[in-house]
Amino acid sequence: MRISMNVNGQTREADVEPRLLLVHFVRDVLELTGTHWSCDTSNCGACTVQLDGEPVKSCTVLAVRANGHEVTTIEGIWSGTELTPMQEGFRQEHGLQCGFCTPGMILTATAFLENNPDPTEAEIREAISGNLCRCTGYENIIKAVQWAANSREGVSV
Amino acid sequence: METDSRHTMGDRMLRKEDGRFIRGKGNYVDDVRLPSMLHSAILRSPFAHARINNIDTSAALELEGVHAVITGEDLAAQGLAWMPTLAGDTQAVLATDKVRFQGQEVAFVVADDKYVAQDALELIDVDYEPLEVIVDSRKALEEGAPIIRDDKEGKEDNRIFSWDAGDKEATQRAFERAEVTVSQDMFYPRCHPAPMETCGAVADYDVSTGKMTLHMTSQAPHAHRTLFAMVSGLPEHQIRIISPDIGGGFGNKVPIYPGYVCAAVASLILGQPVKWMESRSDNLMSTSFARDYHMTGEIAATSDGEILGVRSTILADHGAFDAHAQPGEQYPTGFFPIFTSCYDVPAAYAAATGVYSNKAPGGIAYRCSFRVTEAIYLMERTMDVLADELEMDPVELRRKNFVKKEQMPYVSVMGWEYDGGDYDAGLDEALRIAGYEELLEEQKKAREEGRIMGIGFSTFTEIVGAGPGKKCHIAGIEMFDSAELRLHPTGKAILKLGVKSQGQGHETTFAQIVAGELGIPAENVEVREGDTDNTPFGLGTYASRSTPVCGAATAIVSRKVREKGKKIAAHMLEASAEDMEWTGERFQVKGSPDRGATMEEVSFAAYTNVPDGEEAGLEGVTYYDPPEMTYPFGAYICVVEIDRGTGQVEVKRFIAVDDCGVRINPMIVEGQMHGGLASGIGTALMEVIEFDEEGNHLNSSFMDYLMLTSMEAPSYELGEIVTPSTHHPLGARGVAESPTVGSPPAVVNAVVDALSPYGVRHLDMPLTPARVWAALRENGVDA
Repeated sequence: MRISMNVNGQTREADVEPRLLLVHFVRDVLELTGTHWSCDTSNCGACTVQLDGEPVKSCTVLAVRANGHEVTTIEGIWSGTELTPMQEGFRQEHGLQCGFCTPGMILTATAFLENNPDPTEAEIREAISGNLCRCTGYENIIKAVQWAANSREGVSV
Repeated sequence: METDSRHTMGDRMLRKEDGRFIRGKGNYVDDVRLPSMLHSAILRSPFAHARINNIDTSAALELEGVHAVITGEDLAAQGLAWMPTLAGDTQAVLATDKVRFQGQEVAFVVADDKYVAQDALELIDVDYEPLEVIVDSRKALEEGAPIIRDDKEGKEDNRIFSWDAGDKEATQRAFERAEVTVSQDMFYPRCHPAPMETCGAVADYDVSTGKMTLHMTSQAPHAHRTLFAMVSGLPEHQIRIISPDIGGGFGNKVPIYPGYVCAAVASLILGQPVKWMESRSDNLMSTSFARDYHMTGEIAATSDGEILGVRSTILADHGAFDAHAQPGEQYPTGFFPIFTSCYDVPAAYAAATGVYSNKAPGGIAYRCSFRVTEAIYLMERTMDVLADELEMDPVELRRKNFVKKEQMPYVSVMGWEYDGGDYDAGLDEALRIAGYEELLEEQKKAREEGRIMGIGFSTFTEIVGAGPGKKCHIAGIEMFDSAELRLHPTGKAILKLGVKSQGQGHETTFAQIVAGELGIPAENVEVREGDTDNTPFGLGTYASRSTPVCGAATAIVSRKVREKGKKIAAHMLEASAEDMEWTGERFQVKGSPDRGATMEEVSFAAYTNVPDGEEAGLEGVTYYDPPEMTYPFGAYICVVEIDRGTGQVEVKRFIAVDDCGVRINPMIVEGQMHGGLASGIGTALMEVIEFDEEGNHLNSSFMDYLMLTSMEAPSYELGEIVTPSTHHPLGARGVAESPTVGSPPAVVNAVVDALSPYGVRHLDMPLTPARVWAALRENGVDA
């Protein structure tokens, strides 16, 4: 099946099998390997991308479902010259260790802050509860989101 | 924003590696893409125990896009159907005679893409003849039990080992003369490291050069290369293992798994790169599990709580193949003999029996140093049982029996030489942070209000940082580690290590060590690891050994380089080397502070102005064999509240005071503490791998294998004390595993404390709502 979608601001087209998962389309066809997969069952959120601005777990979305839509991955969340406050927050607050869950966390948390720019800790905990992290115990991820919430400006690199 | 760009030892330096991860530019094994690379999938056994009568791969081979279907028979023809394990046993790469656990590897399909490979699995027809199954290790040695390892000649039962340590008679005498004895049976259930990244490899055999490159999720690339060479017969210099970014290891990526071997064989046969990546189910079902220990803890004491003796009995389930991670055949229970822990115990004895079962092979040291987790759980749980028996405050009981600071360096009755420590100070600090008196008041009030609140303690010492080489080895290779340091003309350095980070932040921490030793900024030290062609031989990262062993190697190699630098500095300053001193920042002529040279200046001179008789360059390599292990210790307090209606346990507070010696990067240490606590609390509350009577795996996805999320994780209250390790040149100990070791008993002790007014003295993990709910109802607590 021929599909076309806007990925990180660019139109990308491909012939794909109807059963191809969005995570594999992004990683294997488009070679955007910043999106990871970990559980296959949409429990862990390592594969989180934004579909029309909403975080989705791309291991349980068919690529054809994204036909005609906008997809944003970690590679497209920032300008290429300027990190987002969320990316910088993860670095500043040591919100990552192995880095495997990080792209999914950043995409989830970024979409969350857009809807809730001044969240409580409890709201942050709930917002990221669909993204698992095995390294940080979540404490510093929550601080990273708070750092981003407190830093509206972008950060030059 | 960071403005200071001169970081050194002890600084909360932001991590050098983070730049790529926050941009999605990490390079994990599944990100490796090579020209003409093929994909694979493994056919796994649906049965826990069955004879294989026939495997028909013809239909799978006919599927378009399938390049090969490899079976155990194919491997047997090359002598590769079986491989050695870390424990010196053998493990089937692909099953030939029979399958011995559900999920065991039966056939390996190579295809153009992973979807086709999965399709092909459906087309393989295996004729299985189901056999009787052993799931409960307590039945493994019963008369008439099916023999799981009938592949081993003369094997007539399911026993792997019988082992004991300590002084049995002295311990028996202690129990005979004790005023009080307690005994508690407990089960440390099977669980899984479950790193976010599963295991995988890309095998790339170059037909033209004969070189095999394996991109592999390996915590120990050098050891793995040697093992691959020994097993495959390929010359070691023709094998290159590249362990790129690793998405968490926690012990899961220490063993060699059949998938790695199959990918390598397939690449050899086909002459193309072959990728193998586990699915999550593959990971949870087949790669090494952890724990699975049935234990009995016994303490003999005086009526006022002085411990006279401790005895522990273990039944260890190692699954279908003994793939136990252990630093040598002399440690079939790993470092379990540390079980007397931080207590001054005059007599101790441990006995263990290891058995095969129809479950996945293992067990590995999941975020711990070889069975320390089980040992500390046994001791801390039994201590609380003793406190209950004596009607004594668990704090007072622990304090009474601590090894005192003045007794250091203490040699335990089990023969371990501790490297300093102040257990009273650690406990004092934890009590201070917790506000223990107020907590007790709060608990009293809660109980009056009918709320079920508990306070649990755990005080312990770990044992991490294997070697020394004479005591610890893997397949005969002594457990040293290595560092190679080279300074370039402008004073910038490259440091190459024998270990391999899986998220621990080596690129930052190890750069800080060099910075501290050479007076150059950590920013100017690039750390490389995980490529066997380009780093010195080392034993890898697990059991908290990176800082204790490789961190020491890094300090020592830096000092070697500094020693040569001193001669060059003397030449530059026209002084004799004996007259030079190192200020911590630069070389200086003694008594003439105006005459000095920085390491940058010395580096330049090393390539431009070398004294007569010295070679150019400024570099060194060190293979460091530690004199002894390091003994990080902690004092933990957990506060829980239990929902009367549902049995849900909420961790309200978790206080953790750790002494890991000198902290190289406190930010990274604290981050590892957080993660370890989350792992340990998860183990106590929800993580478990269980099987039904037929050996069906009941927790084969993250829908059933529950790990702590941000909703259950508490906000951690950390504290620290620092007593430098006497076994380490920087005074540092390992750290990231202490919290996984120390937190499960604190949680369980808290839950039992909460339920103690209702007569509960022990509950086995995991303390799921269902289990706690049952305990509430059985003990007459109304919702």
